[in-house]
Amino acid sequence: MNAPAATAGPLALIAELTHRCPLHCVYCSNPSELTRRERELTAGVWARVLREAAELGVMQADFTGGEPLARPDLVEIIHAARAAGLYASLITSGLPLDEKRLEEIVGAGLDHLQLSFQGAEEESASEFSGTRTHAQKLRVAEWVKRHRIGLTLNFVVHRGNLDHLEEMIALAERIGPQRVEFAHVQYYGWAFANRERLLPARAQLDKSLEILKAAEERLRGKIRVEFVVPDYYAKFPKACMGGWGRKVMLIAPGGDAMPCHAANVLPGMKFENVQARTLREIWEESEAFVKFRGEAWMQEPCRSCERRGVDFGGCRCQAFLLAQDATATDPVCSLSPRREIVDAILAGVHAGTASAIHAPRAEWIYRPNPA
Amino acid sequence: MTDADAGAPIKQGTIPALESRPRLAPGCRLGENAQQLRVLQMPERALRLNGPSLEIVQRCDGKRTVREIITELQKMYSKADPQKVEQDILGYLALLHGERALDFE
Repeated sequence: MNAPAATAGPLALIAELTHRCPLHCVYCSNPSELTRRERELTAGVWARVLREAAELGVMQADFTGGEPLARPDLVEIIHAARAAGLYASLITSGLPLDEKRLEEIVGAGLDHLQLSFQGAEEESASEFSGTRTHAQKLRVAEWVKRHRIGLTLNFVVHRGNLDHLEEMIALAERIGPQRVEFAHVQYYGWAFANRERLLPARAQLDKSLEILKAAEERLRGKIRVEFVVPDYYAKFPKACMGGWGRKVMLIAPGGDAMPCHAANVLPGMKFENVQARTLREIWEESEAFVKFRGEAWMQEPCRSCERRGVDFGGCRCQAFLLAQDATATDPVCSLSPRREIVDAILAGVHAGTASAIHAPRAEWIYRPNPA
Repeated sequence: MTDADAGAPIKQGTIPALESRPRLAPGCRLGENAQQLRVLQMPERALRLNGPSLEIVQRCDGKRTVREIITELQKMYSKADPQKVEQDILGYLALLHGERALDFE
């Protein structure tokens, strides 16, 4: 067994600057307990955290939220990331933003902007995000292209919009980013609550993969096409976060340092706060980061599986959410003795309807803003 | 961010013309961390660079032509077969193009 030692530092830092957001997406990855504005870290603390991250070996900072643009001091924070020598990436819905503010953000050294889309057109996008934002996103994409920074379009896909994939690809081609990502909803946070209405049917998923593979081939060298499939349909689990406490550190708006977005669903998990300890101490010694690092925690079949160094047993949060056991093999794995849990969920999807249905608005559980 | 060498398979792009001028695409730049790890940083991924790959990427400045890059590296690696150096450079540039990390201007 490998000792759960931190042999190397993290490579990427996910900085959740706020939980405030103008959108109310039904699949938001934020926790159900949202951090209030008064508890958010100041720009000064973020600057120190970013310097400590760089010293630890981090190369890239992903600024996300909530909506990072909701922070009036975002320019200062991005400047601090570049001053620390980090690659600065902004993950955003594109509002609130005007052309002048974007110029300031780019001027502060932003390397890359990832713009999220909830659909190919206003009507369906509004249903899933609980707001009207599509037209603004199109404007933002045009402004970004006037600067020499990277642009990724991120389409969040699920049962309700997967049948409009071709329209989304056509929209991406009209905009012309360097990269487009079709990311299936992952079932944590608010998406877990809305799962029955978001999971696609097998036939719908298969058709979408055909379309995406053809687009990837056709656009090679022009637009990089990437996609994430819903892991409930996978044969093997995803290497969640590239392995627990191996590559990524996430800082929540109030300063809690976490191994992933969803780790606070795990019972008894204690997170250290960057206001009390250094990033190095947290990375190397904190209970939360050490807990599932390495292989000593694994059960069979992971413990003796030849893929344990590939997918690290899958996702701990998903193991807990589905099998109520955080040390179990991720139940989406075809080798998991608990795979029947996932199969039963999928059977429920197929017993319903195989085509995309739009739930009446009242049935969605929308993510609110923090109090 | 994932390491491209351990993540998704690398997609081969187009072999560039000798007179084109490769330039790092928007969102791509050279980076180095506290442990002196040199990488080509790209949105959501990074490609490890060493020796020759670093020499090539450093020259993708939109000013040098592919032919000039080849000549410079053939001088630098004068013990290697010049044909092989040329083939390796063209192959590597095609790979970076497939990663959407290069524009050929």
